[in-house]
Amino acid sequence: MTEHQGKGIQSVDTLMDSTLDSVDVAEEAVLRVAEEIGFSEDDRHPIGMAVRECMVNAVVHGNRYNHRKKVHLAVLKGYDRITIVVGDEGDGFDFNAVPDPLAEENLLNQSGRGFLLIRAFMDDLEVRPRQPSGTEVRMVKYLVKDV
Amino acid sequence: MSIKLTIRQVGDVTVIDAAGRITLGDGASTLRDEIRDLAAKGDKKILMNLSEVSYIDSSGIGELVSGFTTVTNHGGQLKLLGLSKRVKDLLQITKLYTVFEVFDDEAAAVRSFA
Repeated sequence: MTEHQGKGIQSVDTLMDSTLDSVDVAEEAVLRVAEEIGFSEDDRHPIGMAVRECMVNAVVHGNRYNHRKKVHLAVLKGYDRITIVVGDEGDGFDFNAVPDPLAEENLLNQSGRGFLLIRAFMDDLEVRPRQPSGTEVRMVKYLVKDV
Repeated sequence: MSIKLTIRQVGDVTVIDAAGRITLGDGASTLRDEIRDLAAKGDKKILMNLSEVSYIDSSGIGELVSGFTTVTNHGGQLKLLGLSKRVKDLLQITKLYTVFEVFDDEAAAVRSFA
């Protein structure tokens, strides 16, 4: 795990194995950073879930548990936000081709709700191809302080 | 903590008391197997009590949907009991509130099968 510190922002870059254990480790790491920033427990839970969904996508659908492929996790700690970037080394996928899990005909599908939850839980979400291969998901949650 | 399932009968209703986490690799498949077994042996009134479930991810939600479909295809009903606010929120986000019958009170849930 590499840590970088700059003006008002600190980041953690980690290369993780394509295992379900990595999902738990990533969630715990992000939750620690979210707590340091000042997110409440009620806010941390959805952030953790978003990271879990994203990591599962990377490990299971992106890297397909391939032990030669890694998941790239970056956590950027800002004074008013947390930014999480998850990248896989898979074949990539067309984000826009994911069936709408809220469509009547898809409601009883067993899978396909991960990005719906990520979008619901995070303030910003960006999905793009990763170079040289794979998919990168960048998501941001802003800290709303009581006034 | 992975999931722990306890099965009990209340009249002709089979109650599954679940405790722990229902996440990928950590309880989701256990839940699927249990519901399939119950449906296969002819249980048609199944009440899933989630009041001691601390965490459900999209895989866990998927297993609840799969269980619902399995039981329905066997001519039965699967209903949910004791959802935490977080699980209720998940069902709202995923529109599954329109699929599942959800109860806060066990006696009312059991009566609803009659």
